[in-house]
Amino acid sequence: MLSVVLLAAVLVCAVVRPWGWPEAVVAVPAAAVVVGAGAISLPHAAAEAGRLGPVIGFLAAVLVLAQLCADEGLFRACGAWMARSATGRPRRLLVQVFALASVITAVLSLDATVVLLTPVVFATAARLGVRPKPHLYACTHLSNTASLLLPVSNLTNLLAFAAAGISFTRFAALMTLPWLVAIGVEYLVLRRFFAADLDAGAQAPADSAAPDLPLFALLTVAGTLVGFVVTSAIGVNPAWAAFAGAAVLGVRALTRRRTTPAAIVRSAALPFLAFVLALGVVVRAVVDNGLASSLAHLVPHGSTLPALLGVAALAAVLANVINNLPATLVLVPLAAPSGAGAVLAVLLGVNIGPNLTYAGSLATLLWRRIVREHDNDVDLGEFTRLGLLVVPAALTLSVVALWGSLQIVGG
Amino acid sequence: MAVVVWITEGTWPACVDAARAYAPPEAEIVLLHVLDTEASAVAHGAFVGLLGRAHPVTGHRPATGWGRDPGDAAEQTATVSERNLFQAAADRIGRPCSRQTRAGRAEREVVAAADGADLLVLARDGDLRHLGPHSLGRATRFVVDHAPCPILLVWPQQAPDVTTLPPPPPPR
Repeated sequence: MLSVVLLAAVLVCAVVRPWGWPEAVVAVPAAAVVVGAGAISLPHAAAEAGRLGPVIGFLAAVLVLAQLCADEGLFRACGAWMARSATGRPRRLLVQVFALASVITAVLSLDATVVLLTPVVFATAARLGVRPKPHLYACTHLSNTASLLLPVSNLTNLLAFAAAGISFTRFAALMTLPWLVAIGVEYLVLRRFFAADLDAGAQAPADSAAPDLPLFALLTVAGTLVGFVVTSAIGVNPAWAAFAGAAVLGVRALTRRRTTPAAIVRSAALPFLAFVLALGVVVRAVVDNGLASSLAHLVPHGSTLPALLGVAALAAVLANVINNLPATLVLVPLAAPSGAGAVLAVLLGVNIGPNLTYAGSLATLLWRRIVREHDNDVDLGEFTRLGLLVVPAALTLSVVALWGSLQIVGG
Repeated sequence: MAVVVWITEGTWPACVDAARAYAPPEAEIVLLHVLDTEASAVAHGAFVGLLGRAHPVTGHRPATGWGRDPGDAAEQTATVSERNLFQAAADRIGRPCSRQTRAGRAEREVVAAADGADLLVLARDGDLRHLGPHSLGRATRFVVDHAPCPILLVWPQQAPDVTTLPPPPPPR
């Protein structure tokens, strides 16, 4: 009971952010109380922290890598490239936004797409005189939907990756088909949904300065990807590849005085990492104290297609009711005994599902009420209508694709 | 006589040209643009959806790194791009005109802005590759239905000629 109350407190504070505190300010003491009150034994909590530690380090490395890529001008170059080749052609711009958002989300994580790519896309649309809405929706939707491919694409993937016990390359091999299918569904639906905006054309002439390609950053990212494959082939934690990539770019940026050590540390988002660790411990306490047994009969077992569909649907619902982070922490341990297929089905649910409710969770609605009530009232209708068109179709078809991949690659 | 010209990205030149051609010389021309608040709200929402990232709650200080809300950048871009749009439209119309900006749901704002006007100029805004009911998009349809004044509805590009008429229905 205590752990449930604390979990609720942690989540509400993470959403409401009383007095602007970082989320960790409530989450870390809550984790301490859970351990102190004996809701979870110290060795158990230590085991959970030990399991999450490398995951969080991996995430930090990817965040630093993405920020350094931005410092090198990677996203500016993306904007220049789009502006140059999509002049006067909104549909072509949409294709380019889809390509960039899918790849950037997959390789540099969804945070990179939301925080670094979205403003560039908006600015590019404005420069081209194109209506921005379809392209902006593409970015936000793909930051969720296109985060299926690699363990580094989404924190949810990293959490599941640690639990599923599969290699980096195997994860990617199984998720390639679902990733492509989900992106395909998004593209078809968005193209139709925003047909009027895309047909409206554009007049603004773009200055066609050739984009300054940040070759070094691109090569480092490519090298990091190769590193992921090599490390997992020789049985080393692929996080080291991410660290190496971040280190190469970091040393270069430091020697050229483009960044400071403090800025690099800041880009690792340490309070966020502490929050994830503490949330993991609190959720573990809730799961151990009854949630596991009460949810266990809801989680379908096995890797048959209906079971996978059921797991994915449950995960999507939970991700919409609370948020996809706690949903992953709760469901992955329950799905793990059924094998990698079930764990990946959870990921399909928690990653695609958030496109259904505004910004991914009802909790966010609460946030909007509290903080932005003075702003213009936002029309939720369009977001939800689009979500209803995309999410069920993308989820179902990508689960079928996952099932197919499991038959080909082997569960 | 007051003529309201609704300008939107993509289709505004046709509206401006129509106003120049058909508005009487003594008419007072108002260029109307509705700022799309939803696009930046979507960006705000995606940012907020990233739970636990220790984002600053509101923009009291300029945020850096992962704390930069893409919605704020989108709002700034939208404001600048609106200013450019007004300037381009004013240059193209080549006669005195005033500017009016509104924020919210485009179709409702346009109807409200047309209250008291003598003519509203707007462009067809829908599926222009299939001539028929869908060539009027949702927003245009709403304005056509509810506008409190006469409307001049123009094609964004060249108007289709009569050869595009579908064959007559078979006699019953």
